[in-house]
Amino acid sequence: MEMTKERRNLLVAGSVVGIIAVLLVAFGNPKNMGFCIACFVRDTAGALKLHSAPVVQYLRPEIIGLVLGAMGISMAKGEFRPRGGSSPVLRFVLGFFMMVGALVFLGCPLRMVLRLAGGDLNGIVGLLGFICGVLVGCQFLKKGYSLGRSYAAPRLEGFAFPAIQIVALVVLVCFPFLLAFSEKGPGSMHAPLVVSLLAGLIVGALAQRTRMCMAGGVRDIILFKDTTLITGPLCIFLFALVGNLLTGRFHLGFVGQPISHHDVLWNFLGMVLCGMAAVMLGGCPLRQLILAGEGNSDSAMACLGMLVGAAFAHNWTLAGIADSADKAGGATLHGKVAVVVGLLVLVGIGCAQVKKQKKQEA
Amino acid sequence: MVDARGLSCPEPVVLAKKALEGKPESEEVVVDCRPAVENVSRFARANGYAVTVKEDGMETHLFLKKV
Repeated sequence: MEMTKERRNLLVAGSVVGIIAVLLVAFGNPKNMGFCIACFVRDTAGALKLHSAPVVQYLRPEIIGLVLGAMGISMAKGEFRPRGGSSPVLRFVLGFFMMVGALVFLGCPLRMVLRLAGGDLNGIVGLLGFICGVLVGCQFLKKGYSLGRSYAAPRLEGFAFPAIQIVALVVLVCFPFLLAFSEKGPGSMHAPLVVSLLAGLIVGALAQRTRMCMAGGVRDIILFKDTTLITGPLCIFLFALVGNLLTGRFHLGFVGQPISHHDVLWNFLGMVLCGMAAVMLGGCPLRQLILAGEGNSDSAMACLGMLVGAAFAHNWTLAGIADSADKAGGATLHGKVAVVVGLLVLVGIGCAQVKKQKKQEA
Repeated sequence: MVDARGLSCPEPVVLAKKALEGKPESEEVVVDCRPAVENVSRFARANGYAVTVKEDGMETHLFLKKV
């Protein structure tokens, strides 16, 4: 395997992200949740009172940092390119279901890697589901699936999503009375604001420069036999694993893992949905935030879909329920229905876009 | 010529892969973002093509030539 510049950069970035993830937990983030785009967007939705689940309400500065870090570094490197117009509403819908799938599993693809690094073997089930979902998404890509071209957009359009993050930060710091804050549960567990924000900025910049993407890593192996992108998630896993072992945060098992459940079928299917949506969107939840930070308003729409998906996940009890000390968790009935509906919707979108592409080529 | 401008990852590489299936002597791929330049170049080199990159304003033309 050749050590190209891209692979080396992903190696370095992945190792830094893995270490930062362990540090964030040491500073107060929930266990095996140094980063979780799904959980953090869900907590942010709660803070904004888009849902009222009391244990998951906190405006996560990591999300703000990821977007602004990506924006800053992309501007510095001439890669900030406001663009949009590639099926924004379909991307909103895909983002919605990507979030639903992730919340049934109780983690985005990045948290899936971190859960594995913490010894949570449910991560293996999630990973298998994720790979299957990516595989299905790749079949659509091979048949010509596309959401269409994006076009250059006004600069203000490109800055709008990062500007929303700045407003969110101002509200968090100066007007916290406008937000909800969990007093117990995962929403009450967080690193200090400055630490979270700094971590987000660093990871956002690294992820932007290296094009880090959990879905892309698996997808590129399937489509092109290219193992470059998978270097990122692999290194995140390795360094987070070592960090967890050194700090006594590694506990191997399926049952009773932190903010996790061991419902095999729905962990699998939830991540099938997430993986499929990620391929159909062109990137995992982390990648959508990074692209939105680069001025891509189609990815911003996907992120807004994720936010609304998270709100629905708790308003309609779609999200998985974590194992507790005295009770096994699992997927809810509504969550199972939502995953099945999501899979059908995504297959529908995939088939429709393939058919449209074939018509255009004829 | 493969026009991959404005397409989401990994469509530029998918289109390039389709275009190179018949092993043409040369091919031109047009993209308009840095990740697409990197991804198409990496794919082409891994599949026996040398890549010449020409920036043209907001677009980048990748000239692939069979090695």
